[in-house]
This record gives sequence, structure tokens and C-alpha cells, in this order.
Amino acid sequence: MAMIVLSGIRKVFNAGKPNEFCALEGITATIEPNRTTVLKGPSGSGKTTLLSILGCMARPTSGRIFLGEREITSLPERFLTEIRRKTFGFIFQQFHLIQRLSALENVMIPAYPLGEPKEKIRDRAMELLSLFDVGRKASSKVEWLSGGEAQRVAIARALINDPATLIADEPTAHLDSGLSREFLEIARHLEERGKTVIIASHDPLVFDADRVAKVIPMRDGRIVSEGAS
Amino acid sequence: MNRAGRQRNILDFTLSSLLRRKGRNAALVLVYAFVVFLLSSVVFLGLSLKEEAQSVLADAPEIVVQRLAAGRHDMIPESYLAKVREIPGVRTAKARLWGYYYEPLTGANYTVMADENFPYGRKSVVLGNGVERHLPPMVGRTLPMRAYDGSYRFMQIRETLSSDSELVSSDLILMTVEDFRDLFRIPEGVGTDLVLSVANPREVSTVARKITEILPDTRPITRAEVLRTYDAIFDWRGGMIVACMSGALMAFIILAWDKATGLSAEERKEIGILKGLGWETSDVILMKFWEGVAVSLFSFLLGILLAYVHVYFGSTSLFEPALKGWSVLYPDFRLKPVITPYMVSVLFFLTVVPYTIATIVPSWRAATTDPDTVMRA
Repeated sequence: MAMIVLSGIRKVFNAGKPNEFCALEGITATIEPNRTTVLKGPSGSGKTTLLSILGCMARPTSGRIFLGEREITSLPERFLTEIRRKTFGFIFQQFHLIQRLSALENVMIPAYPLGEPKEKIRDRAMELLSLFDVGRKASSKVEWLSGGEAQRVAIARALINDPATLIADEPTAHLDSGLSREFLEIARHLEERGKTVIIASHDPLVFDADRVAKVIPMRDGRIVSEGAS
Repeated sequence: MNRAGRQRNILDFTLSSLLRRKGRNAALVLVYAFVVFLLSSVVFLGLSLKEEAQSVLADAPEIVVQRLAAGRHDMIPESYLAKVREIPGVRTAKARLWGYYYEPLTGANYTVMADENFPYGRKSVVLGNGVERHLPPMVGRTLPMRAYDGSYRFMQIRETLSSDSELVSSDLILMTVEDFRDLFRIPEGVGTDLVLSVANPREVSTVARKITEILPDTRPITRAEVLRTYDAIFDWRGGMIVACMSGALMAFIILAWDKATGLSAEERKEIGILKGLGWETSDVILMKFWEGVAVSLFSFLLGILLAYVHVYFGSTSLFEPALKGWSVLYPDFRLKPVITPYMVSVLFFLTVVPYTIATIVPSWRAATTDPDTVMRA
């Protein structure tokens, strides 16, 4: 897995319009591979925007992004999608599972466009659901799942294409302390399996956790200071 | 990337997505199939009727000559036959006797025709299927016919015509020439019109022109003209039905337009999630394409099938009165199925293609948005 380097990242929304808004300014940071990094900061500090840029979901207005030796800042959408699909797995704040589909089908979705035989995808999805102890819920519709179960399905979905990096936006926002610790345990387990984990959170349970290698504190779209925990 | 596998996986996902919205999609299929059903029924029926008329008229005389008096159809002297026979190219020529008879009991108009070779002799009739169906049971096997002077002639019903040619023979009553003249007081030596057969079909128009020169008070009508009139009448009636259906068509267009201009918030959110999960814009469009194809093709086939059953097995019960003549005696017959690839393609391109495009356009718009919108939803 390669290191991710951000250099002078700036992101402006609605540029040139009266409602122009600068979400990120002068972000320079390094994300180490096979470690857990936390973007820490209050609501509106720019964590989610930075996660989007890190995960190739959005392009910065200016600045450069390197994935290992390769600069990926201005790649066309097709290539960015390809990188996103193979390198990053996302866990969204609201989980964003597709309603009225089963947990198993939800986990399989990111793998469909790769064209693998469906049976192979299904086997891998079942394996992941079992790994996160929700195998027995595979055929349940996602709206019947509890918050913790839904999150584990979302994690399984993020890992279906075996990405090197897992990106999680406020993963504990809707969980109680017990389930939040459970999530951190899963993150630790993934890190042990060689994955890079990037989390945006303002939950002390997350950024104060032992296993977090690096915390990037943010406020008003800037990095306040950078230090290891 | 395995392209065939990608297509298969996305198609699978599309179908399971469609099943998730069973109620909504079933309603869509129902409206869609109904519109296809109406359009196809009109087209099937129009084509089959034209085909039927053509096959019936294939044995009709090449030229019919009518006499006009003050611009109206009048009885024609049989002496004209000799003049017509002298025209080169005319193979046979004979006078016909036919007219209409109003039957007060059934309130129907029948077509009465004299047959020179009528096999049953005087005071006998042969009936078309429609006439026999309409006769009150009390009449039995005798048909009382009111003559020109108000007295009745009691005719024995000897035979009923087969239903093969019912479209044109449904309201027909056949009798001897003598009975016909007696019933309507038609003097000897005149007929209703003359019928001619011409040896060479390419000479028909020349013969027709010569008739107008030799007999200026007559009007020749060629078979081709009759066929064209049939075609025009069926097309016009088909058009009338389409006009009546315009309400249903408008509803369908509004439905398609609604699809074309907007996605539901749920669909939009799902597209955002798929993009966020690594689906390309083309993957999303492919999914929506399959969705459009699945809905429209299924509805199209269902509509065509229902129309086929309606027209060829259900006697077109919905449009029969509008498309099959003006008589009280509607023919009751099974049409021969006529389906041409051209017609099916036209129906296909009028329904499936616009709908599929209407489904893709808004999805393309939604799918080209940045995937990070899902992070903020």
C-alpha cells in the first residue's frame, strides 16, 4: 500500500458566486500506509471535504495529491473511479445502505461493475459478513437491521473489492459507546490485516484510542497542528 | 474488466431493483401496456380489414359502370351492354340488379341482389350470416318481404352463405331476377349497373376512358379505385379511433415526460450511493438503460399480445362498431392475423425507444454529479 501525500490543498465551493465558500485552505499532510489516521475537528471544520478529496470522490480547487509516486490530482473521472474502486472503501456517516435490498446484495454492489462472476462475489460477501458476525443476517432487508448490524454491513461493503484503504466518515456518530468500541476493534483488526484506515471524527472515543497512529486536528478548513497520539 | 460479466451483473442488479418497487413499476407497465394495446389493436385491425377487403375484391369485376342522371346514380339500360362489349379489351359484360331493403322488424338495412344463376327458383332467398342472425325466431324459415306497393312476398330461406366472406356478404339477400324486379318494380331492360371483366389489367384505365367517351351519361368505377377507397376509409377510421384515444396517449406522454424530467429523491440518492461506491457514470447509465428496456419491452410485448388476442380472438369488441361499416348488421367473423415486421418495428420505435431514452436522460444528469454529494447527504 502506498503513502498518500496532500500538498497545499484548497477547495472552494460555488467559486465566483455570491455564496462562494472556502472549505479547505493550505492542507498539507501525509497519510502513512497500514496505520490508522484520524481527522479530528468540530462540525464544519472540513473533515468530510478532505475525506472526499483523499478518496478521489472530489477534486481540489488547487494543490496536489500523490498516491505513492503517482500524482492523481487531475486524472479524468474514469481513472479516478478506477482508483477509488480498487484503492478505497467507504463507510458513510449515514451508512447509505440501499433500502429494500438484503444485506448480502448491499455488500455485493461495489463489485458488480468489475464483471466478476456473481457466485464469486457472493462467496466473498458472505465471508465478509461472517467475519463481522452478521452472516446470519445476510438475507435480511437492511431496514430491519440494528444500527450496529447496519454499520458492520457497511464495513463489509467497503471491503468487498479488497481496497488497501478504508475511509470512514463519523463512523460512531450514530452508535452508543459499546458499539463505538466494537467499531474501533474492527478497525484495529483491519489494520492488522495490512489496511490503511482513515477516519473523520469528533468523538474522543475515536481520536483518543490507543491504536490511532496519527491525529490531524482541523478547524475552519485548516490543519491546526499535527501530532501523533 | 470482464465486459460481458459487467453487463450481466448490472442487469441482475437492475432487475432486483425493479422488483423492489413492485407497485410503482406494475402501475407503469399497466399504463404502458394499455397504450401499446390500443395502438396495436387499431393497427392490427386496420391491416387485417384491408387485407380481407383486398382478398374479397380480388374476384370483383375490373370495372363497374353506373349510369348517372342529374349527378345521381340511376338505373342503366341493358342496351348499353352491346356498346360496351364492342370496346376492344372487354372480355365479358353483364348487367347486375341490386339494392337495399329496410326490414322494419329488425330495423336493419339489407343488401338485396338478383342472381341470374340462382339455383332455388322463385320465392326463395339465400341469406348472408348477419341477416339470419338478426331474424326474429318467430319468422322461422320464411322471410316476409315488403314490396314497393306495401304488400308482402313470403320468401323461403334456402341457404345461408358461409362466413368466409362475411365482411362483404353479412347483410346480403340473394334471389332470382324475376323476384327482384317484382319486389322493387324494376322494369325489364334495365339494371342497377354493368360489370365488366377486362382481359389485360393494364388496359383497364383505357377501357374506362373509352366508356366515358361512348356513354357520356355513365361513370366507370375500376377495382383499383374501390380498393383505394377501402384503404382510405379504414385509414380514416383508424385515425378517428387514434384521435379518440388521444386522452390515453396524452396520459402516457405526460408519464414519460415526468420520467424524463425528474428522478425521485430516492432514485437520485441511490445513484449518488452507487457513484460513491465506485460505479462509473456509464455503469449508472447502463443500469438505467436496462431498467428502461426491461419495463418498456415487457409492456410492449404484453400490449402486443393483448392486442393480438383482442383483434383475432376477441373480435375486436372495443372498436368493432367504429371500424366495420355503418350497417346495423355488424359482421361477425374471425380476421386472418396479419402482422408485418414493418408494423411491429414502427410500434416498437414509437413506444420502446422514446421511453428508454426518457429513462436514461435524467439518470445521466444525476450520474454526472460528483460522487462526493453522497458524503453530504
